[in-house]
Amino acid sequence: MSILSNTQRFLHERPRFRVALLLLLPLLWLLVLYVGSLAMLFITSIWKIDTFTSKVIREFTLQNFIDVFSDRAYFNVTVRTVGVALAVTLICALIAIPMAFFMARIARPRLRPILIALVLTPLWASYLVKIYAWRTMMAPEGGFITWLLEPLGLNSPGFGMIAVIIGLTYLWLPYMVLPIYAGMEKLPDSILDASSDLGAKSGRTFRQVVLPMTLPSIIAGSIFTFSLSMGDYITVQILGGTFQMLGSVVYQNFSLNLPFASAVALIPVIVMIIYLTLVRKTGALDNL
Amino acid sequence: MRLSRTAKIVLTGLMAFGLAFIYVPLGLVVLNSFNTNKAFVWPPTGFTTDWWQKAFVNTGIRDAVSLSLSTAVFATAIALILGSLAAAAIARYKFFGRDSISLLFVLPIALPGIVTGIALNNVFNSFFGGLTMYTIIIGHATFCIVVVFNNVAARYRRLGSNFQEASMDLGANRFTTFRLVTFPLIRNALVAGGLLAFGLSFDEIIVTTFTSGAGQTTLPIWIFQNLFRPNQAPIVNVVAAALILISIIPIYLSQRLTQEDRS
Repeated sequence: MSILSNTQRFLHERPRFRVALLLLLPLLWLLVLYVGSLAMLFITSIWKIDTFTSKVIREFTLQNFIDVFSDRAYFNVTVRTVGVALAVTLICALIAIPMAFFMARIARPRLRPILIALVLTPLWASYLVKIYAWRTMMAPEGGFITWLLEPLGLNSPGFGMIAVIIGLTYLWLPYMVLPIYAGMEKLPDSILDASSDLGAKSGRTFRQVVLPMTLPSIIAGSIFTFSLSMGDYITVQILGGTFQMLGSVVYQNFSLNLPFASAVALIPVIVMIIYLTLVRKTGALDNL
Repeated sequence: MRLSRTAKIVLTGLMAFGLAFIYVPLGLVVLNSFNTNKAFVWPPTGFTTDWWQKAFVNTGIRDAVSLSLSTAVFATAIALILGSLAAAAIARYKFFGRDSISLLFVLPIALPGIVTGIALNNVFNSFFGGLTMYTIIIGHATFCIVVVFNNVAARYRRLGSNFQEASMDLGANRFTTFRLVTFPLIRNALVAGGLLAFGLSFDEIIVTTFTSGAGQTTLPIWIFQNLFRPNQAPIVNVVAAALILISIIPIYLSQRLTQEDRS
């Protein structure tokens, strides 16, 4: 018997070994390199720092966490960050649900792939370019928004929290539209017809049939919009003016006081883990 | 589902609003790249192609583009290998801990980029002897694995195992089956995942900020460095406009892939 057929038989009889062989490299990369790095980072958060040299000293301390949790300012930043992430998620959902519904249920089948392409297109445009676009639009002097709002007697909000929320909504909108579209497309016609046969008007069918059935897809979309907003600091720098989020605090402390930055970085991770465990039961993770 | 006329009109209006929200900012960037006004005061004051000419001969931009391209190529290659291996295991087999492992693969995109960034930065500086172009590639590959994994795993789930079983019943061994049956069936998913990974890597800035060595300026980092310099504004705008126009290529390719899959 040749080596090849021996290997064949060996593999054939041992499905578990086949799985192990397939998973070996990817798991090594993600567990050792990625999870390992994360673990290292969070160990750093219980270490001290030499305040003169900014060097990490490997001695146990809880001071970083005490600093984070006792200072009202960091609590406020956390609340602000979660608030912005929730606002972005909500606005994305409000814009995305009617779009997805239109694409999946109203548009003629021939128009559908074109609409999907139109929604997908901005995903390929650079992150920075999109935020840059809003920076020019939001500029208080001579920006497009000012030009648009002036005739209505309104002022452009300029750079700040509102600009950050608009920018993040703009960035992550496609991540919300696509899963909801996929969910709505899968809805069987028979159920929608049954609802209207039983006398429900379109509004009621939408609220009581379509929305509950596509909730897992909406949550799947929200994982992206929420998480991506939670950790952002670049958009905040470009559109936020003096406005700050958790990411900005981590970024500012990262080179001078890594242990403290790690302690702050743990906050969005904890919030995300809570969020993921909460939504895992809804089956949203299979809809990603 | 029957919809009233008003509902249809309202929904069409909301769709149009959504598309306008997506495209007006991008369109303005492209228009502004021909604007004679350096501060992009709206409406434009005149038409010029000066900025495009200046950007084209800018060596900083050229270096940044070539670094971005090569990191994206390597990161995508790593992601293709690791992502498809993981997808083959998780989508085709049932085993203990499978759900936890698939959660693990989502982690690099579910966790904020800044956390991934400083975690890797810390490890690279402590154990890898500092930051280089390779650390950018490693960082990018980590989140690129996810998109390849998602694409290929979805394809495996849809395929089921019938084709492979038929092939092996007909006497083909595991390797022949992979070469002649499985691979052709997942090829488009690999290409689609690879395209996405490439785009993601080419565009990434947050993880890159923390994993790139001194002087390793990728295109997004170049844009960010020049964004706040009023003098550079027109050239930054041209780069932005060029990136928007170039993004039509991957969109066209991925559209063709989905069409191929349907037929």
